[in-house]
Amino acid sequence: MAGEISDAIIRVRDITVQFGKTRVLDGLDLDVKRGEILGFVGPSGAGKSVLTRTIIGLVPKIAGRIEVFGVDLDAASAAERRGVERRWGILFQQGALFSSLTVRQNIQFPVREYLKVSQRLLDEIMVAKLGMVGLKPEVADRYPSELSGGMIKRVALARALALDPELVFLDEPTSGLDPIGAGDFDELVRTLQRTLGLTVFMVTHDLDSLYTACDRIAVLGNGKIIAAGSIADMQASKHPWLRQYFHGKRARAVMG
Amino acid sequence: MGIVSGDPTLERIARGNGLALCATGTWTARFAPLLERMVADAEKLGGKAPNIVIDASRVSKLDTFGAWLIERLRRSLTQGGVETEIAGLSANYSSLIDEVRRVKAEPVAETDRVTITGMLEQIGRSVAGVGGTLIGLIEMLGAVLAAAGHVLIRPRGFRLTSTIHHLEQVCWRAVPIVVLITFLIGCIISQQGIFHFRKFGADIFVVDMLGVLVLREIGVLLVAIMVAGRSGSAYTAELGSMKMREEIDALRTMGFDPIEVLILPRMLALVLALPILAFLGAMAALYGGGLVAWLYGGVDPEAFLLRLRDAISIDHFIVGLIKAPVMAAVIGIVACVEGLAVQGSAESLGQHTTSSVVKGIFFVIVMDGVFAIFFASIGM
Repeated sequence: MAGEISDAIIRVRDITVQFGKTRVLDGLDLDVKRGEILGFVGPSGAGKSVLTRTIIGLVPKIAGRIEVFGVDLDAASAAERRGVERRWGILFQQGALFSSLTVRQNIQFPVREYLKVSQRLLDEIMVAKLGMVGLKPEVADRYPSELSGGMIKRVALARALALDPELVFLDEPTSGLDPIGAGDFDELVRTLQRTLGLTVFMVTHDLDSLYTACDRIAVLGNGKIIAAGSIADMQASKHPWLRQYFHGKRARAVMG
Repeated sequence: MGIVSGDPTLERIARGNGLALCATGTWTARFAPLLERMVADAEKLGGKAPNIVIDASRVSKLDTFGAWLIERLRRSLTQGGVETEIAGLSANYSSLIDEVRRVKAEPVAETDRVTITGMLEQIGRSVAGVGGTLIGLIEMLGAVLAAAGHVLIRPRGFRLTSTIHHLEQVCWRAVPIVVLITFLIGCIISQQGIFHFRKFGADIFVVDMLGVLVLREIGVLLVAIMVAGRSGSAYTAELGSMKMREEIDALRTMGFDPIEVLILPRMLALVLALPILAFLGAMAALYGGGLVAWLYGGVDPEAFLLRLRDAISIDHFIVGLIKAPVMAAVIGIVACVEGLAVQGSAESLGQHTTSSVVKGIFFVIVMDGVFAIFFASIGM
């Protein structure tokens, strides 16, 4: 990979993750710059979600170093770690909404835990977040089991954004959304990045998202980053998987 | 003037015949409680000036919380008849304000209040639900018997592997804990019996008590209660989470009967397991009782066995074992009905697992009572 990027919000060095005898990530390096939308692609089962989960600390690594907001997560004290966690938001692949809480309570949960504000402001912020992700306030008192797949994604994003984080991890945000919904979602991510100065780490398979939303693309293969750069770099790449990915039937359809 | 970072402030500056509210500092979630108080104070300014400008040019950082509070201030001042506008926003921040401007004024209210009538209603509903519960259990019994009949006619539909797997889970793996607990209970019964019977010089009758109690009642009842707690809850949780993830719907759409595929093997495993466990439990309890009688009461093993042979008949043993499969069926049916009743949330899974165990144990004890009356009247 290219040399040190000074303004990296996430700095991953030499990460190795192993499940039993299978090495999923093998000495992986990755930088995510402040304020960019990084699209993260790779074949199914290559370990995209594993890397995300390793960065946020859900999967143990056997070697390597992870810095987020300049804090080394292994060396951080519990308080420092909580400070970092308060500044990021995570959208899980399946939404991971709390099934016994309503949409309102799901979105308000992190706010209520971290900030001492009035119920009125909590409600207003909840409605604002719902509006941002394109949902009507009427869904606020529904339970996650009463929502469609696309709505779950949106509510989960609203929850990830509840505390106005500086960094969001999106794990396949547009999978399961209709194309118009997915397009709106990309637009939304762009708007949020512009207005809130958000940094976005997006695992995706949606070529449209890669073209319209992402500033930079990183490709995972064989446990390493095999390429990183703009969409033009990706198209120019000679790597067989990349050629297939960016010049396949679907890619041509997207490029028109 | 210039951008100011640090704690947020809202200064009031007279400007012409109007008023300017100068926002400075960091207007973000971190300072939300402070911001809320400041904005609430500023909202009272309505009527003090004909027009107010909210100047946000010196805000160093703005997020949804800050943007909404500025917008809320503008709205409430405008409502109070003051001409209000927001000025000095950078392009990025003004699009954020536009975003929150779409928020409807009055958020929907939460309607969840506890009232006496509501509580009474809930009691009424749960009483009325008892009938429904019984019908549900009978329905499930019917469905399981129908599936069993179906399998008898067409034995290839029988899931042997699954049955063996569940048998391992509910029977083989339960042996250590069942044997341990019944052994200890046997010890306790024996010790208490000897302690009290000794006062009358009737030490040896402890063997009669132990034999009858363990073989007829305690052995099977205790094991059934343990199985309800151990395997009934597991069945409910398994079926419930399968229901939550639409796995049961998937089975149905592939043309499989969930009763036949999921429930019949589980029921069969339980019905086979409970008599085996009850037998092992009874033996362990007798062994424990005998051991205590010998070490604590001085009844040597030979005398214990002789007395035991006189005290109990094969009837006691049969009465105990006949009850076991029936209790297993009750536990299994309750567990499966509860499992299939799970709704979408984790909370509902917990509720149904709890009620599976509670109802399972309740029905086991009721069944035991019914059996006691039945066996007494046929003279066994």
